[in-house]
Amino acid sequence: MIHHRIPSCASYADLSRRNFLINSAVAGSGLVLSLSLPFGQGKAGGTDSFAPNAFIRIGTDGEIVLTMPYVEMGQGTYTSIPMLIAEELEVSLKQVRLEHAPPNEKLYANPLLGVQATGNSNAIRGAWKPLREAGATARVMLISAAAKRWGVDAGSCHAEAGEVVHAPSGRRVKYGELAADAARMPIPKDVALKRPEEFKLIGTPAKRLDASGKVNGTAIYGMDARPPGVKVATLAQSPVFGGRLKSVDDAAARAVKGVRQIVRLDDAVAVVADHMGAAKKGLEALKIEWDEGTHAGLSTQDVARELEQATLKAGAIAQNIGDADKAMANAATRVEASYQLPFLAHATMEPMNCTVHFRGGECEIWVGTLAIARLQAMAAKAAGLPVEKVMVHNHLIGGGFGRRLEADGAVRAVEIAKQVDGPVKVVWTREEDIQHDMYRPYWVDRIAGGLDKDGKPIAWNNRFAGSSVIARWLPPAFKDGLDPDTTEGAIDLVYALPNFHVEYVRVEPSVPRTTSSSRRASLMSWRRPRGRTRWHIAVRCSTTIRERRPCSIW
Amino acid sequence: MAFKITINGTARSVDVDGDTPLLWVLRDVLGMTGTKFGCGMALCGACTVHLDGSAIRSCITTIDSVGDSKITTIEAIGATPAGAKIQKAWLDHEVAQCGYCQSGQIMSASALLAGNAHPTDANIDDAMSGNICRCGTYPRIREAIKLAAQSQAKEG
Repeated sequence: MIHHRIPSCASYADLSRRNFLINSAVAGSGLVLSLSLPFGQGKAGGTDSFAPNAFIRIGTDGEIVLTMPYVEMGQGTYTSIPMLIAEELEVSLKQVRLEHAPPNEKLYANPLLGVQATGNSNAIRGAWKPLREAGATARVMLISAAAKRWGVDAGSCHAEAGEVVHAPSGRRVKYGELAADAARMPIPKDVALKRPEEFKLIGTPAKRLDASGKVNGTAIYGMDARPPGVKVATLAQSPVFGGRLKSVDDAAARAVKGVRQIVRLDDAVAVVADHMGAAKKGLEALKIEWDEGTHAGLSTQDVARELEQATLKAGAIAQNIGDADKAMANAATRVEASYQLPFLAHATMEPMNCTVHFRGGECEIWVGTLAIARLQAMAAKAAGLPVEKVMVHNHLIGGGFGRRLEADGAVRAVEIAKQVDGPVKVVWTREEDIQHDMYRPYWVDRIAGGLDKDGKPIAWNNRFAGSSVIARWLPPAFKDGLDPDTTEGAIDLVYALPNFHVEYVRVEPSVPRTTSSSRRASLMSWRRPRGRTRWHIAVRCSTTIRERRPCSIW
Repeated sequence: MAFKITINGTARSVDVDGDTPLLWVLRDVLGMTGTKFGCGMALCGACTVHLDGSAIRSCITTIDSVGDSKITTIEAIGATPAGAKIQKAWLDHEVAQCGYCQSGQIMSASALLAGNAHPTDANIDDAMSGNICRCGTYPRIREAIKLAAQSQAKEG
């Protein structure tokens, strides 16, 4: 059901987005017309298939291909998004084939995020209107083409189950037979969308389109990419963040059957082999010496202490309702406590992996990512290439939870691939995946509550400190010391408190950068359910208040 | 040295070290990617295959330990009566989410059903407790196994 674009490596000598789309479509089924490209002319020219927008392609053979701008990681996007399109296009889900979208912010950005990313649980909200419009646009053009062919009024025709029907005469024609004509129709500017009472698919319990491949082993995840001649590499990164590779004795590793190459990076070493068994055995045989750097002694407790101290300083005011200080002063009982949320790794079922073929002037990548355009940009930087020379094939995702919004794994794979002749799949061991996760930030929340004489909560003061993922990932969204993501859950408690004050102190862990391009500026990232994990704090804190545990006044 | 093994009824020969885990022979040497890598330490069950009908973790099963035993993987489990019923129940009950663990889940469930036509909740727990699902599809897995067992009973 899901088509994976893994074309031959040789076909990308002249790589560009435009060529990529056209070439890969040729490899798939018919031509993608120019309108689906950024250089579109406003009219779906061409003579073969019909592609009125970046989401729909109908071949003259009747094949209907839907390009998925959002990624499937178990949440059902590869069923719900096709439902939106199919509803308006008037086709059944059994008639469509799915493709992963290539990187292209202009065509495939989530309108609610402004970037091409699957996250924040808003794919359906983002897709709701534009993808129904995409389906409706195609339907209108197909109907127009049929009406023109029959010499009848388009208003007397309708679409159903992949056909245009002229009810008065009983004539009907399949979409595939109309594709060439529909491609020549003008693209309507405003199309009428169905009213909810007209929905046939939306709101019904459709069967998942990705299910069959997931029960018979044919579903292809990033981990399963196997471009011809691919080698497998596994790696060890400095166990201390900010550390460097000092020396490595690889004599024993090189003697392992199947090991082909040892790749040294500034802060990591990788073993390239015929298969992962040999790569792992080779890695274990390496004698690695690290220069652990200035953070060799840094502990989790040190980080917690730093954050704890930060909560004693004033922060940016994230929420202020009533007068918490005044209410607190008048409270009959005051309680205060400090809570810590620990670092957490994402632990996706599919460990981090990325396959890269670096060919000098261009680079091809196979990976499962939630933010493909961002990954392309970061990989291009690591490769020292313009983005249009970096092709990225997306895949099904074996668990996201926010981890695959980050491109550190792809950057690392590019660094390794630059030293390897031919394609290399870089697979992180589970141990590496956990140790070098981009963790959910450590947060310290200092919370004070005030109760009236009846024990009713009347005041709430919360100051918390920790990392802002947004400040790194989407800097414009971090304003005046705040961002809606970090404060989510802290500023909108489920409890109605008349006097409510929340401050946030941004503290990024003091982990140094090294010269390596893959070294992270921050180790912190989103982990579902992001800010909402703060609800745990609220619940625990309400327990504190209920228990009226004695403590000092804030 | 070269090892001769039988996978899904087909004799294959692979030239790897004897301590190479079967998982990597399947995935990287033979290109059978339906069997998944999750941990490499027999902790998650994603790599489960059958060795003479029993569910085993291919990530810790070395190639030199396979001998004449017959390996069955997710790619061929549908050809067995229990496997076909499990796969159908998985689809009917919409078990999979991200799906990465489901090859292993299905292999464990198929081995269970092949040896026990009417597994109790305790039997299911025993057979499936080594298969982790990060999406948390456990309730549907349990129901699907029961569904498969019922379909088996109906067919007599």
